[in-house]
Amino acid sequence: MSTIVLLTLTGLGLAALYFLVASGLSLVFGLADVLNFAHGLFLSVGAYATWWAAGNLPGAGPSGFGFVLAVAFGVAAGAVVGMAVELVMIRPLYSRTIEQVLVTVGLSLAGVALLQATWGADPRPFPRPDWTQRVTSVLGAKVPNSGILLILAAALVLAALLGFLRYTRYGLVIRAGVENREMVTALGIDVRKAFTLVFAIGGAAAALAGALGGVYFGSVSPSQGGSLLIFAFIVVVIGGMGSVVGSAYAAVAVGLLQQFVNYYGTSGAGDICVVALLAIVLLLRPQGIAGRAATT
Amino acid sequence: MSEVVPILAVAELSVRIAGLHILQGVSFTVAPSGVTVLLGRNGVGKTTTLRAILGLTPRGGEVRGTVRMGDRSLAGEPTHRLVRDGLGYVPEDRCVFAGLTVTENLRLAERRGGSPAYDRVFELFPELKRRGRQRAGSLSGGQQQMLAIGRVLLNDNRLLLVDEPTKGLAPKVVTEVAEVLERVAVAVPVLLVEQNLAVVRRLASDAVVLAAGRVAWSGAADELLREAELTRSLLGVGVAGESHVPLSTPAPGSAALSSPTDGSVPVSSSSDAEVAGR
Repeated sequence: MSTIVLLTLTGLGLAALYFLVASGLSLVFGLADVLNFAHGLFLSVGAYATWWAAGNLPGAGPSGFGFVLAVAFGVAAGAVVGMAVELVMIRPLYSRTIEQVLVTVGLSLAGVALLQATWGADPRPFPRPDWTQRVTSVLGAKVPNSGILLILAAALVLAALLGFLRYTRYGLVIRAGVENREMVTALGIDVRKAFTLVFAIGGAAAALAGALGGVYFGSVSPSQGGSLLIFAFIVVVIGGMGSVVGSAYAAVAVGLLQQFVNYYGTSGAGDICVVALLAIVLLLRPQGIAGRAATT
Repeated sequence: MSEVVPILAVAELSVRIAGLHILQGVSFTVAPSGVTVLLGRNGVGKTTTLRAILGLTPRGGEVRGTVRMGDRSLAGEPTHRLVRDGLGYVPEDRCVFAGLTVTENLRLAERRGGSPAYDRVFELFPELKRRGRQRAGSLSGGQQQMLAIGRVLLNDNRLLLVDEPTKGLAPKVVTEVAEVLERVAVAVPVLLVEQNLAVVRRLASDAVVLAAGRVAWSGAADELLREAELTRSLLGVGVAGESHVPLSTPAPGSAALSSPTDGSVPVSSSSDAEVAGR
């Protein structure tokens, strides 16, 4: 029993990580039709900015409020980089899919190389507040607090995103834009502003994943973002392009599947099962769980 | 018509999309009041014309020629700015946001800096107020059309571009839509694409007929519709001796000016009374 609880909660922790990366990716794709291969870079930027801030930013530190400040700095850095990428590199290339893919793939490679050149290719120990290094007993299972932190953060981000999409003007524009971008323009709305905003939101969420993932794994390395991005893409496709709620369901499915199969089967079988799940969903329901609608 | 300063002047408009030369130098003007109707067989480029005016030609498409609204050239301006400056658009197939509620669809259409005229919209379409919380995707075709027109009327417009507003609607709803457009056209000039001749008869003051990528005829709508011979040669309708399909109860695809199958649809002179009757 305690094993199942532990696997469930660590699986959800993994799902939380996937969701934080996938939600932004999904909105960016749903609204702007951009396959953003540089999204993993936002995660790395968040992780490294948090790590840097914990050591160097006045007031920030590896524990307590200082750590919260360090994470906030990391998230802000992710948002700024996301926004800058949209404004400088993506905006001139809208509707030119091949060029976009090339520029975002190139950017992610260059970003990893830049991080390596600056801080080296080896993993760096990540600042971990004391509380996150302890475990909490849930139904007899000793669950690492860092996993619980990830789950709580993802739940908060999901609620905040849904609230934003449902109750704000920009949220309305994004939901409508995911359905029919051209018609939003034909109502007199400059939809490109929403693109920039979605990149900033996606960048911030991915950066949060980077910071909390760093706490969870205990270290940070330049290539972390890239490996997580593959699963995030799978989550986006399973959930339905453009759907935040779909991403959440799909992230949970993928996280749990991976964790359980890796534990009860051989290690690595979980990843294969995830790809199999992707294939099944694509065959039975090509539009994904939720289809093309931001909040359903 | 030449003494009146037109609200919109299209000159030598040429559109090429994916190798197809759809418009080949279209020139016409839209009068500053009343309804100017854009006619022509299916696929002749009526929708392409409206979309080119709005700057909605798909990327990769090539647009040449000039479009002027008053003193201002519209070419190259982003769509959202044109709309914000008073060019209202009711697209073909309505294009309401299916996942959003009726209220959200209307709220989205509120233009920046204006005060949305909900009174005007709800007076014309009380149904929209009652169904505010319903998802637009679950509305009937007629209700969706009301929403598509309503969201444009929420704002003040200098010119409305309306693309086939009665397409696929039940006869009773066609009449309602025609009535609304008639009331709207009192205040705002309208450039209308419409295939239902009874609606055209009722609303249009001027007519522009497209054929083979160019303007084949333009002038007073009465003149066009009065001359059966002219109508037939330009639009391919009203061939004598064929069975008369009442325009007020269109069978699928048959009440259109030109059907995709045979290109000639009989025009009934008597049975369009329901729609045209005032």
